[in-house]
Amino acid sequence: MEDTIVEVRNLKVWFPMKTGLFSKFYVHAVDGVSFAIQEGEIFSVVGESGSGKTTLGKAILGLVKPIKGQIYYRKQDIWSIPRNRVKILRRNMQMIFQDPFGSLNPKMNVFDTIVEPLRVHKLVSSQAEAQERVYQMLEQVGLSPPKDYAEKYPHELSGGQRQRVAIAAALILNPEFIVADEPTSMLDVSIGSQILNLMMDLKDKYNITYLFITHDLSLARMISNRIAVMYCGKIMEIGPASEVILNAQSPYTIALTAAVPRINSENRELPILLKSGLPNMASPPPGCRLHPRCPLARDVCRQKEPELIEVRKGHYVACHAVTEGWSFEPLYTQIKHRHRKSR
Amino acid sequence: MSFMTLLKVSNLKVVYYTRKGIVKAVNDLNFEIKSSEVFGLAGESGCGKSTVALSILRILPPNARVLDGSIFFQGRNLLDVPEDEMRHIRWNKISLVFQGAMNAFNPVQTVGNQIIEAIMLHKKDIDKREAWHIAENLFTKVKLDPSFLRRYPHEFSGGMKQRAMIAMALACNPNLIIADEPTTGLDVIVQAEILRLLKDLKNEYDLSILIISHDIPMLATLCDRLAIMYAGELVEYADVRTLCTKPLHPYTRGLLRTLPTLDGDWQFTGEILKGEPPSLIDPPPGCTFHPRCPISKELCKRKKPLLTEIEPEHYVACHSVIE
Repeated sequence: MEDTIVEVRNLKVWFPMKTGLFSKFYVHAVDGVSFAIQEGEIFSVVGESGSGKTTLGKAILGLVKPIKGQIYYRKQDIWSIPRNRVKILRRNMQMIFQDPFGSLNPKMNVFDTIVEPLRVHKLVSSQAEAQERVYQMLEQVGLSPPKDYAEKYPHELSGGQRQRVAIAAALILNPEFIVADEPTSMLDVSIGSQILNLMMDLKDKYNITYLFITHDLSLARMISNRIAVMYCGKIMEIGPASEVILNAQSPYTIALTAAVPRINSENRELPILLKSGLPNMASPPPGCRLHPRCPLARDVCRQKEPELIEVRKGHYVACHAVTEGWSFEPLYTQIKHRHRKSR
Repeated sequence: MSFMTLLKVSNLKVVYYTRKGIVKAVNDLNFEIKSSEVFGLAGESGCGKSTVALSILRILPPNARVLDGSIFFQGRNLLDVPEDEMRHIRWNKISLVFQGAMNAFNPVQTVGNQIIEAIMLHKKDIDKREAWHIAENLFTKVKLDPSFLRRYPHEFSGGMKQRAMIAMALACNPNLIIADEPTTGLDVIVQAEILRLLKDLKNEYDLSILIISHDIPMLATLCDRLAIMYAGELVEYADVRTLCTKPLHPYTRGLLRTLPTLDGDWQFTGEILKGEPPSLIDPPPGCTFHPRCPISKELCKRKKPLLTEIEPEHYVACHSVIE
């Protein structure tokens, strides 16, 4: 059995919002999420914008404080680690952000950006050693020859090159776990695939475990071992990547995968199985979060929150319709109506 | 479907004068859009695809110049039309759905006011009440509640703003809508709704649509024909099925193979297209794609390949394919 590197138990992250002088409410960004990531795995969290996936990633790194629940890193609760060991923890967990234009300091050149973590953690003693480490890292991320890039500032680099610098800065401390939040979504297809390729190479070389956050289901399917589908701060479905995508069980995952444009599909009509629109996250719907949008919803969905139940080995779904074995017909009737109309 | 040509772009050449040098954004571009057709223009950022849209509407920034070429629309060259007539053509004949609809609306005015302002500017004989009535009808057409006309842009979600933008583009019954990245930044289900809306409106109003995007799978579900642009030039164009199933240009082939797919059982294969797009200030001689091309030859470094009809209605600009 592989080792668990990160475990999340019943995690809740709520953000307070002030609406008036005395009124205050909470946005339930992450609302009771549990899962474990195994060493060497690529674990993807997919979901629409506002589903809480970025907050989840930040919470795992300890960048936002959860209101409830625990995050364990190698069996240690990250919020009860003694202060003097927090730095070691930070060294092992790093993050790569979505926006290579905003995540780099515009006033720091490439060398300073990458050497900064080494200095903070006091891992280099001399300038010569620092230079050697940084140059080596630049080579690793495909920015070679390193001396051509070391003195450059972010505005002199292309989007792909900036993302390479961000990866170098994340990897310089030799982390074993990286949260990558949409690292390619702002890049062009060909550049994005180069960055992914680099991340996969480095994963093999340094034995890195990734938590990959993305809205792109095709991408998640292609690179990850397991996928968790998030909606409104909850995990709706979790399991092996191709299981979740090709054998989706939850109405939400089914609707998401149906709406993805495909290049080689004969049928160019994209079925819209669920209405769009996220509920108000300050007062999420009771019961199943999806019920206001779900054509399968019955009374129990409005009252009782579905638990994640294993439907196949390692494949869990939180949906009353799946566990109770209801007919999924209502989900597809919308398309039939449409086909009749178009004829 | 009739096969009349609605818009014909010939030898279009557009440059930007910048402090760093002359950016050759669009270089010798040729294509035509037939009436009632959805034509897709795909390319990576900085390949000049938005410049094409701006040139058609003649709303290029001041540092840009059209050096050569013609854009014929309904028998007239848009590049020669006097400015006040051009103002009439914009919105009444050709309208634009902007990139990033999120920020296209003025935040301190209701959406309704902004739409009737556009209507009243372009239809002189209409008063405010009639304009409001038109706006209500348009909102119903794009499946938005007409009461939302009285709301402010921040009360709209991304998909709703995009619908409102489309309503505005339809306001003066144009023949051609240019949609620049109409679904970028939207979630998949919202994107599917917007694509369906565009398709329905196209059939209902017998519109032609020029849709510009970097997202090839999205274009593949909407377009009739698709053109691939690279470094200011068209490298390939054909009907969507041919282009997606039998791409011939090495750039198109690389792009399509790099795209992750949802179905199928293949795994991550790694990068296929190496390098980055060239600077348009100093583009490489010969074929602009040759520094990244896996099959480039000596000839490619010297001579620019011409867009050639390889099979009926399938155009490719590549020496290896042409030979």
